[in-house]
Amino acid sequence: MGAQLRIYRRRIRSVKATKKITRAMELISASRIVKAQQRVSASTPYANELTLTRAVSAVATFSNTNHPLTTESAAPKRAAVLIITSDRGMAGAYSSSAIKEADGLIVTLKQRGLEVDTYLVGRKAVNYFKFRNRTIKNSWTGFSDNPTYAHAKTISDELIAAFIKDAQVEIDGVDELHIVYTEFKSMITQIAMNKRMLPLEVVESDGPAPAGLLPAYEFEPNAEEVLNALLPRYIESRVYNALLQSAASEHAARRRAMKSATDNADELIKSLTRLANAARQAEITQEISEIVGGADALASASAGSE
Amino acid sequence: MADKLLTVEFVTPEKRVWSGKATMVSARTLEGDLGILPDHTPLLGVLVDGKVSIKSEDGSAVEFDVSGGFLSVANNRVSVLGETAAQ
Repeated sequence: MGAQLRIYRRRIRSVKATKKITRAMELISASRIVKAQQRVSASTPYANELTLTRAVSAVATFSNTNHPLTTESAAPKRAAVLIITSDRGMAGAYSSSAIKEADGLIVTLKQRGLEVDTYLVGRKAVNYFKFRNRTIKNSWTGFSDNPTYAHAKTISDELIAAFIKDAQVEIDGVDELHIVYTEFKSMITQIAMNKRMLPLEVVESDGPAPAGLLPAYEFEPNAEEVLNALLPRYIESRVYNALLQSAASEHAARRRAMKSATDNADELIKSLTRLANAARQAEITQEISEIVGGADALASASAGSE
Repeated sequence: MADKLLTVEFVTPEKRVWSGKATMVSARTLEGDLGILPDHTPLLGVLVDGKVSIKSEDGSAVEFDVSGGFLSVANNRVSVLGETAAQ
C-alpha cells in the first residue's frame, strides 16, 4: 500500500473515532434535556403558588413593614451579580454567551458607579474570571447539569445574607442583586438573560388585573414573620428556576454543538474516503502503466536482437 | 357546608405533592395547630416542622411530614408550600 493511501486511511479511522464520541455525547444530552425540562415543569407549581397567592404583594400592602429585602437603598454602593454557566465545555457558545451577557451587565453597573461582587456557578465562569485575575466573591461548581433545590438554597442563603448587610458599612454587603442565566425558550433557542432579583419591586399590578381586591389576609403569627419567611423562599425559588433553566439550556446547547460536530465528521469522512479512493486508483494506474511499460521494453529489446 | 370544598395545592420546589378537593386541611404554624375548613378567612401562615394532613373529598386522609414552609388560604383555595415533604 502506498504511503499516501495509508495516511488517508489513518485519518479516516481517527475521524470515525471522534465521531463516535460526539455522537454519544449528542445522544446523552438529548436524553438529558427531556429530564431537565421535566424538572423545570415540576418546579413551576411551586413558583406559581408563590406568585398566585399574591402573598408577597399581600404582605407588602397590608403590613407597611419595611422589610430589608424590599427597600431600595437611596444610594446604592455595591451590587452582586450571580452568573450561571456550565462546568464542562463542548456546549458551543453556551457559557461564553452567558459570560458576555454578564460582562455587559457589569459594565452598566459600573457606569452607575457601583462596585460589583461576582458570584459564580460553573467551572467555566470560574476559569474565565481566574484567567483574567478578576476577583471572585464566591463560586459553586459541580452541579451545573443537575442542580437541586439544596444547591439553590445554599446560593440564595449567601446572597440574601450579603444583601441584608449594610453595604455602606460592611465590606461584603450589597445593595442590589442581579442574576445572569440562560433562559430555555425551546430546544433551539436559549437566550442569556440578566434580571434584577433584589430589591424586589413591589409592582402594584402587572399583566391581567387581579380579580377583585386582595383578600384581607390574617397573618400567623404576624405580617413581619410571614414576610421574613416568605421572601427568602421567593428568592430561592427564583434561583432554583434559573439553575434549572440554565441546565436545560446547557444540555440543549451541547446537543446542538455535538450534532454539528457529528455532521462535520461525516462530511470529513466522506471527502477523505474520496481522496483515499483516488489515491488507490492512482496507485493501480501507475502499477499498470509500469507493467505495460516494462513489457513494452522487453518486447522491443527482444525484437532488436533478432 | 357539605357542598363546599377546599381546593388544595400542596407543592414543594421540586414537585407537586398533592392537589385536589378536600374537606379539611390541618397544619402546624408558628402559633400552633390549625385546622382549615371551607369558608375560612384569608390567612397567611408560617409552617413549622410537623405534619400536614389533608382530608380529601372522598373521606380518605393523607398525611405529610413537612419541614418549614407556608400556608395560604383565600377564597376556599389552600396552598401549602413546603420546603420538603414526605408521606
